[in-house]
Amino acid sequence: MFRLLLQKLATLVPTLLGVTLVAFALIRLIPGDPIEIMVGERRLDPAQHAALMKRMGLDQPLPTQYFNYLGQLAQGDLGQSLVTREPVVEEFKVLFPATVELAGSALLLALLLGLPLGMAAALKRGSWFDQLVMATATVGNSMPVFWWGLVLIMAFSVGLEWTPVSGRIGIEYDVPFVSGFMLVDAALSDEAGAWWSALLHLVLPAVVLGTIPMAVIARMTRSAMLEVLREDYMRTARAKGLSPARVVLHHGLRNALIPIVTVLGLQVGSLLGGAVLTETIFSWPGIGKWLIDAIARRDYPVVQAGILISALIFMGVNLVVDLLYGVVNPRMRGELGKDKE
Amino acid sequence: MKAFIANRGAFIALLVFAAVVLAALLAPWLAPHDPVQQFREHMLTPPVWQAGGLAQFPLGTDELGRCLLSRLLFGARVSLMIGVLSVLLALLPGIVLGLVAAFHPRWVSPLVMRVMDVLLALPGLLLAIGVITILGPGLINTVIAIAVGALPGYVRLVRGSALAELGRDYVTASRLAGAGTLRLMFDTVLPNCLAPVIVSATLSFSSAILETAALGFLGLGVQAPQPEWGSMLSAARDYIERAPWVVTLPGLSILVTVLAVNLMGDGLRDALDPKLRQA
Repeated sequence: MFRLLLQKLATLVPTLLGVTLVAFALIRLIPGDPIEIMVGERRLDPAQHAALMKRMGLDQPLPTQYFNYLGQLAQGDLGQSLVTREPVVEEFKVLFPATVELAGSALLLALLLGLPLGMAAALKRGSWFDQLVMATATVGNSMPVFWWGLVLIMAFSVGLEWTPVSGRIGIEYDVPFVSGFMLVDAALSDEAGAWWSALLHLVLPAVVLGTIPMAVIARMTRSAMLEVLREDYMRTARAKGLSPARVVLHHGLRNALIPIVTVLGLQVGSLLGGAVLTETIFSWPGIGKWLIDAIARRDYPVVQAGILISALIFMGVNLVVDLLYGVVNPRMRGELGKDKE
Repeated sequence: MKAFIANRGAFIALLVFAAVVLAALLAPWLAPHDPVQQFREHMLTPPVWQAGGLAQFPLGTDELGRCLLSRLLFGARVSLMIGVLSVLLALLPGIVLGLVAAFHPRWVSPLVMRVMDVLLALPGLLLAIGVITILGPGLINTVIAIAVGALPGYVRLVRGSALAELGRDYVTASRLAGAGTLRLMFDTVLPNCLAPVIVSATLSFSSAILETAALGFLGLGVQAPQPEWGSMLSAARDYIERAPWVVTLPGLSILVTVLAVNLMGDGLRDALDPKLRQA
């Protein structure tokens, strides 16, 4: 397993360098003088301009700049926000748990609903229940996330007034930052009702973000289960007199998990993209909203870091998924070491 | 084709999609008003079936008094056009790069595939956002941004199927008969790789429509006053309590169109690839 991990990491090195090159190029490719774009309306005299160029290292030849950039990255230095003057890493540390909390809840919701629904649909193939689940999943799969969010706000926040419209917790609560996960921090704080408020703030965004993954997981679970249900070993298991639950869960689901894990990995990409939209709709202070706000404010170091970090997260998750294959299916442990091509 | 028609869902989807295409093509004749004309005295008029609706504006008006029906019809043009253009802009280079990579495994293939890996390292929407950051918002740039995100998928798909075909006897026969590389690529191998490519083009068409709307919603796509479903939604956010129709109608247009294309794609996949039919 450890060797497998090393091999996988080695194949990621060229991609990793490529991604840093793209992030590096991002600031340089923006048409016009980078300093003037960043400074915006303010006028700069040539001396200030030169000083800024020097401070940002933009007066060096491009290859030198790139190696300097790599050196900074290696030290965990992602640059400085032009707007807040804070190191980008510090902002990231505060915002990242918010996105993880949102995306994690969304994925959990998608799994908790998608897996059983898909399995039940496969077991009752052709029934009205199956058709209902599949129709819902088909619609869910085509759902424009940002619109879905607005519709749910209309129904549950504006109409029924059950849930708040935006943010992570009611403004009346002052929860100290411990883990960055609001549900955890609110539970740790001694403010009564804070946890409930945090949960209410989380529900709608998580449902919105979890809708597409749930639809995809339900569809994939159903078709993987249908595939497995036809296998001989399922008949054997039933013939042995095992309980139906054991047949379905132990013999069925375990073998159906391989395609489901693949789909799960692919969904993380759409979760990251969806997080940008969901966070924008619900004013959820995570890295997606941070990125969009930074683009609007022309805070390019933040944009650069945001894109780089998203790529790293995505690559990391794909790596985990690749390794999970080995756990789910021991037969694939040997094959994974080989190059995908 | 028979299998496609036999699939009831796909057939209905085809009809719905045909209606959307017709509406887009005939928008200048179907639309009751100019989509950017502002009727200041009729701001946020509800649709005709609600109290206070006017026959003049069948689906009501938006926050600037523009006819919603006209904007939705012209919005269909923008969405479909960006969808088609971005698919073509990804598909054609994707086919060429995929074939070239399959035919030149020594040097070109690793190079092309590593570049594609880098593009794949970012989820589609974030890659599009990155491209827009460099190019700036706008219709053509939206097309480019979406195409860049879709390109690696095609390259991988074409390369994979071409590699599978290259080992077949008919390719060897053609090669022995003296066919040049170009002829082998486009005339011999490509037609046999097209089925999965067509299916994937349909599905990436629907995600292009979604991404166009998402970029529009984030303010990074097609710019005002041009009617585009996503940017219409983003402007409508502030009127969610007073005028729900400015929120529901553009969203429904996106959902119905994307759903129709996806169902068509599923039907096409089942028809072209019998192995997947029962899934």
